[in-house]
Amino acid sequence: MRFVLRRCIFYLVTAWAAVTVNFVIPRVMPGDPVQALINRYQGQLSTDAVESLYALFGLDPDASIWSQYVDYWGRLFAGDLGLSFTFFPTPVADVILQSLPWTVALVGVASVLSFAVGTLIGVMIGWRRGTWADGILPVTAFLSAVPYFWLGLIAIMLLAVTWPVFPTSGGYDGGLVPGLYPEFIGSALWHSILPAGTVVISSVAGWILGMRNMMVTVSSEDYVTVAQAKGLPERQVMFGYAARNAVLPQVSGFALSLGFIVSGTLVMEMVFSYPGVGFVLYQATGGQDYPLMQGIFLIITLAVLVANMLADVAYVLLDPRTRQEA
Amino acid sequence: MSVIPVDAAAAPVDPAAVAATRRRLLFLRNGKSRLGIAILLGFAVLAVIGPWIAPYDPSALSRDVLQAPSGAHWMGTTHTGQDVFSQILVGTRGVLVVGMIAGVVATALAVLVGVSSGFLGGLADEILSALANIFLVIPALPLVIIITGQLPDAGGITVALVLAFTSWGWGARVLRAQTLSLRKRDFVEAARANGESTWRIVWFETLPNLTAVIAASFVGTVTFAILSQVTLAFIGVTSISDWNWGTILFWAQSNQALARGAWWWFVPAGLCIALLGTAFTLINFGIDEFVNPRLRLAGASARSLRRRGIVPRIGFTAVVRDTGCPPSGPALDRPALALSKEATR
Repeated sequence: MRFVLRRCIFYLVTAWAAVTVNFVIPRVMPGDPVQALINRYQGQLSTDAVESLYALFGLDPDASIWSQYVDYWGRLFAGDLGLSFTFFPTPVADVILQSLPWTVALVGVASVLSFAVGTLIGVMIGWRRGTWADGILPVTAFLSAVPYFWLGLIAIMLLAVTWPVFPTSGGYDGGLVPGLYPEFIGSALWHSILPAGTVVISSVAGWILGMRNMMVTVSSEDYVTVAQAKGLPERQVMFGYAARNAVLPQVSGFALSLGFIVSGTLVMEMVFSYPGVGFVLYQATGGQDYPLMQGIFLIITLAVLVANMLADVAYVLLDPRTRQEA
Repeated sequence: MSVIPVDAAAAPVDPAAVAATRRRLLFLRNGKSRLGIAILLGFAVLAVIGPWIAPYDPSALSRDVLQAPSGAHWMGTTHTGQDVFSQILVGTRGVLVVGMIAGVVATALAVLVGVSSGFLGGLADEILSALANIFLVIPALPLVIIITGQLPDAGGITVALVLAFTSWGWGARVLRAQTLSLRKRDFVEAARANGESTWRIVWFETLPNLTAVIAASFVGTVTFAILSQVTLAFIGVTSISDWNWGTILFWAQSNQALARGAWWWFVPAGLCIALLGTAFTLINFGIDEFVNPRLRLAGASARSLRRRGIVPRIGFTAVVRDTGCPPSGPALDRPALALSKEATR
């Protein structure tokens, strides 16, 4: 119980830190880019919208920092992240809500798939070390060093331009209206194969390597030797004794590398013009849409925190020691 | 790179010193790390002489528009007739400099936070490790994008510093764990019992024992910084007038190189990034095997193991036995194996 409580406090502190970073950054940066945007859209903005942008970006010189901070939190709890300028005059929260499901689905499927596949391959290679299987290691070194987006470019070139098997961009067929009907879902799945596949290929290497090294380390432990000496079937020793203990650092590593995978997926969406948060972020940086950029940072961080909490739950389920600690 | 203790090799022939040297050079005897260092040195040379040997001015326009690779343009040309090969050569320096600066600053931060939180313990430890964990959990790329996006002109140094300040968390976490385990060792206790100051214990007893971990975290951070920097340039967040490999990809992407089938425009830059990243990963393999003997000899000697009929599976740790032969003897290159148990199946 103590473990769970500590983690909860940690996540609350992290969420607070992320919000505070978001509050501080526009206030310490030189220049007032948002003021410039407000001036450009003068007359098209309602007073309410201007007020909200003033509160979020600290453009009101009369208010003290503390009252700005309180006002900022109030706006956040009301779900007010300001107005997007790229998608004028849609509120930032609406833009993000529209694109978030795409990203969550893509990242969720791709990262779980790559974790599972990578860990399994790692178990195999680690168990059979000193055989041909070690030859996979240099390949993983290369794959883990390739930037995600470049692999995406190569995938598009080969599988969408040279041999047009998959669509080059977008999240669904342009002629369809988004909704929950079979034709649309099929089209969305078809469009997601290439981006998800490239994310899996470029992130799987890290899991393979981590699991392989842990397997090699764990299989020299006495309890594995004992299990082997007892004459247990090899599969049982491999999965029940070695892999079960070797997987623990992988699970905590999963939580920690999630931010990295999410970052990679965002860039992947930019390459594939996939209608998720990453592509919106790309458009926002192109249009210098600071309210949208900051809103996206906040939402992504909170989403990663939630995913981390799930990984913690998985860790508690896998490792009895964390449960006994209380 | 600071991980190569070359000066030790020049010491006079004293058996103990030779043995020590040999043990330290173990890292260099690893084929993987040697290959990695060789690739890295190659890129470092290019970073220095790149702008001089580049056949063309990377920004100069010419009439050879979108040419495939040829004798005149080894890596083809862009849509405005710029020479891609020259862009790659000139861009190497920016990539390496930003990676190194970010790596050095982030590693310094990681050592500072990690070692002090491991040593101080108590509330200070709680706060510092929570800080490191916060930086680990927050996705770095969106944070870097909102920071560099709001800076008026984000050049190389700025990007390097922003990357350093967002990527030290991992190193700090690993170093803290290692410091915690070192702090309880006998030699540290002995130094404390002798009345040595905390500073002396940190600098002379602890840090030397953390060298490998620090090196690994440095290498990891440099890789991360290079990938992030290239990604930022590719998105177009940072200055697009400085040449680096990401800038090349930015122009290729924004001018539909893919749809035009101009593979020579984006393939070389990506391969360079991948090659450089592979070099760093290989160096890290070497460090890993140096630190964790159980990982040693795993790949390279597979054939020799098979020849001896050994299946390295369970209860197996490869050990390099010091036999006291002359330092340049051939026996050094074939480390003897001491097997705690041999699974014979």
